[in-house]
Amino acid sequence: MAEKDVIIGLEVHVQLNKLNSKLFCGCSTDYHDSPPNTHTCPVCLGLPGTLPVVNKRAVEYAIRVALALNCDIQGETLFYRKNYYYPDLPKAFQITQYDFPLGLGGHILIKGEDGEEKTIRITRVHMEEDPGRLVHAGTIDRAKYSMVDYNRCGMPLLEVVTEPDLRSPKEARSFLDKLRNILEYLDVFDGNLEGAMRIDSNISLVGGERAEVKNISSHKGVEKALAYEITRQRSARRRGVAQVQETRHYDELRSITVSIRTKEEAHDYRYFPEPDLVPMRIADWVPRVEAELPELPDAKRERFVAEYGIADDHAKSLTSEIRVANFYEDVAKRAPPRLAAVWIADVLKGELNYRDVTIDKFSPDHMVEILGMLEKRTITEKGAVEVIRIILDTGGDPSEVVEAGGLAKAEDDAVKEAVFAAVAECSQAVADYRSGNEKAINFIVGMVMKKTRGRADPGEANRLVKEALEEI
Amino acid sequence: MLRELKGDLAAGASAEERVASLFEKIKKSKLNAYNILSEDSALKRAREFDKAPWGGLMAGVPIAIKSSISTRGIETNCSSRILSGYVPPYDAHVIDQLKEEGAIIIGKTNMDEFAMGTSTETSYFGPTRNPWDTDRVPGGSSGGSAAAVAAGEAPCALGSDTGGSIRCPASFCGIVGLKPTYGLVSRYGLVSYANSLEQIGPLTANVEDAALVMEVIAGHDPQDSTSVNSDGGYISGLGDGVEGLVCGVPKEYFGEGVDPLVEKAVWDAISKLVELGASWKEVSLPHTKYALAAYYIIAMSEASSNLARFDGLRYGLRLGTDQDWHTTFSEIRAAGFGSEVKRRILLGTYALSAGYYGRYYLKALKVRTLIKQDFERVLAAGGADILVTPTMPFPAFKIGERIEDPLSLYMADVFTVPINLAGVPAISVPCGFAGGLPIGLQIIGRHFDEIGVLRTAKAYEDATPYHEAVPKEVV
Repeated sequence: MAEKDVIIGLEVHVQLNKLNSKLFCGCSTDYHDSPPNTHTCPVCLGLPGTLPVVNKRAVEYAIRVALALNCDIQGETLFYRKNYYYPDLPKAFQITQYDFPLGLGGHILIKGEDGEEKTIRITRVHMEEDPGRLVHAGTIDRAKYSMVDYNRCGMPLLEVVTEPDLRSPKEARSFLDKLRNILEYLDVFDGNLEGAMRIDSNISLVGGERAEVKNISSHKGVEKALAYEITRQRSARRRGVAQVQETRHYDELRSITVSIRTKEEAHDYRYFPEPDLVPMRIADWVPRVEAELPELPDAKRERFVAEYGIADDHAKSLTSEIRVANFYEDVAKRAPPRLAAVWIADVLKGELNYRDVTIDKFSPDHMVEILGMLEKRTITEKGAVEVIRIILDTGGDPSEVVEAGGLAKAEDDAVKEAVFAAVAECSQAVADYRSGNEKAINFIVGMVMKKTRGRADPGEANRLVKEALEEI
Repeated sequence: MLRELKGDLAAGASAEERVASLFEKIKKSKLNAYNILSEDSALKRAREFDKAPWGGLMAGVPIAIKSSISTRGIETNCSSRILSGYVPPYDAHVIDQLKEEGAIIIGKTNMDEFAMGTSTETSYFGPTRNPWDTDRVPGGSSGGSAAAVAAGEAPCALGSDTGGSIRCPASFCGIVGLKPTYGLVSRYGLVSYANSLEQIGPLTANVEDAALVMEVIAGHDPQDSTSVNSDGGYISGLGDGVEGLVCGVPKEYFGEGVDPLVEKAVWDAISKLVELGASWKEVSLPHTKYALAAYYIIAMSEASSNLARFDGLRYGLRLGTDQDWHTTFSEIRAAGFGSEVKRRILLGTYALSAGYYGRYYLKALKVRTLIKQDFERVLAAGGADILVTPTMPFPAFKIGERIEDPLSLYMADVFTVPINLAGVPAISVPCGFAGGLPIGLQIIGRHFDEIGVLRTAKAYEDATPYHEAVPKEVV
């Protein structure tokens, strides 16, 4: 529920994991299934004397994102050093941006609590390098020591910072979903890879100090952590305890947040311009990157409505994921677009969600085939749903599934036979119908469906039963 | 010197014998010019050369490398305990270039710890001694490289210069040392002290040798974003003389604090240049008095960040008393760094802290811009072509004389640090003696006018005997 007194802003760290090499060296970004410390070199290990060199493609990707988030791209951008000690940070500073970030002042539209579109302002978009990762044998509480894996070290990250425009955990979730969707449209990001998106949330109640909940990697986790924080801050306020500015950790197992440090203990990162990198004049890059920008979700949604004549709700649902949108367009070129929209947005997506699988699990060719059968009325709607379920659960192609499962729609004669038989068998229901109980017909239709094992079209069966009753 | 050496080798002299005799000399020496000798690999390479000589600008030429320059397979410790035992898995770009041109690396030279010093006294491995008077310092921080070349323990060497670290020891040891324009030589593989100020450069017996080394090491390196292309021509431009050259003499570089014998030697050098066809005029670099303060703030700030990575976790010193991470790395840093390094880390950390950044670091950057503008103004077309100054205000001082007084040591850099702040090239060449100790003449040029600097130095050298003087055998 949107609460007038809740103020939320997000800082989202996005790995540009579709790039081939890291931000400042030539190491491969494809480390997710590799043994520790196998995707490293003197530069990303920060060995004495090594120097960073900017991956230009990463900057292009970052500009792409900043443009898609409607930011102003700065004429000149600069890297800074953020100094702090941690074992996963081999240089003891992170190369990041500070003053003169890549993009400033953007916005995107999300679905607000009231169901209306709502503008969320983007403060800034900047580039930085990912640190490595601490690994523990067993659990972090029980391990006797920590190990460091530097494979992730130097991965290109974008930090997207919002203004405090979000009013509820659900809106935060909605923002994250939309952001992920845009990033995938831009083909710079694969959200399915571990650690692809990490979120810091700032949350406060009006008049109170804010808490920052750090480093949550799932959208659902953010929603839960924020809900917990609202309850916690409210009840503290009721008890007269003032919220202090602090950093909190989200304990995913217990779904609670825990304070890790207050403002007094905050780090002084001693930012200063990275002397090993020169300022980049990126203004000149913008026209080319802009020209290569793909169609974004909102534009695609409008086009779907105009081009395919489908309902806006369907268009929105179909464009909420680039893979679904591409699937739909593929199918809509070969089948009636409106029928395709209904079956993909309302049926297929539901079945996918229920199984927690992506649309890659279903072939557009199969969808075209199923829609063809529906159009020719060789299967019923119920039969089509069954076909989709069977393909998702056990595989196969539609014609095989229809045949093997006996899902083909019954021939008219067979239906008529079943109707006569049903009317003959259900004398009580026929009598009830005649005496004015129209609902009694449903029993007879049910019997027809039973006799045809569901292959009859229910509407058709209803009509035939009525005819038969009137003839008698 | 290198020309003769290359000629001998080409005529069939044995590289192995030359290299072996260097090691013999080094091992008998009491100068302590080297931290690490790469005797096996150098002799092996020399034997290979004798068997099948290769070409290249440095074919068969032995060279000593400052301990702050990364060499694959050869310990690179920056004369610090914290990096003792660290053997890099990669070569600095300049090392790649030297190897490509056929050079043989004989060892790593002693230096002030992490290049922080003007005397090579802050080395964890003890001070290097000046071959002209072994009670005196060789200058710093590239003191080992300078002493080795001056004493004939290496025909040439590489050093690095953040605020005078090539020119000061060249001056104190009576040899030639060039700090190139910022960006001309790749810093990839130079262990950073103050990234925005430092350059790698040659320390050699004469100007021609410096030009030769520059031909090898200068130029753009894709691994260093701050490096630029070089057109070369350092050797071919050497003979062009100084006819019509306008020498600027900055008044701020003379007077109070400068040894009168040094001043006299520099004025004699100016007269010599005039004799050779140049003219001179007084110029002013009005922001010189702020240079030292700005320099030390920038250098220490950058150093505090650069040196934070040395925690013993991945390489270098380990005490064998591992506890939790914070305790362990704190103890390693406490034991691994010397007091001068700690002083600079602390001051640099302070200067970058919230609330002080604007007051110190940003202000220092503004001063730096003003100093750069000073140089650009006096060296603009119609002004001076080059500037001539003393390299150091005085000759080599005694070991232990200044080390307890950091401020007076910092003051010694007064004529060298403005050059690094401005990013311009400067060379130090021998221009006389004071009480048996060498004096250095500093010749400063426009950005990327190494050719102008080198040909001026060469004309002067050809007309004077000072570079031929060698210290009496110090074994």
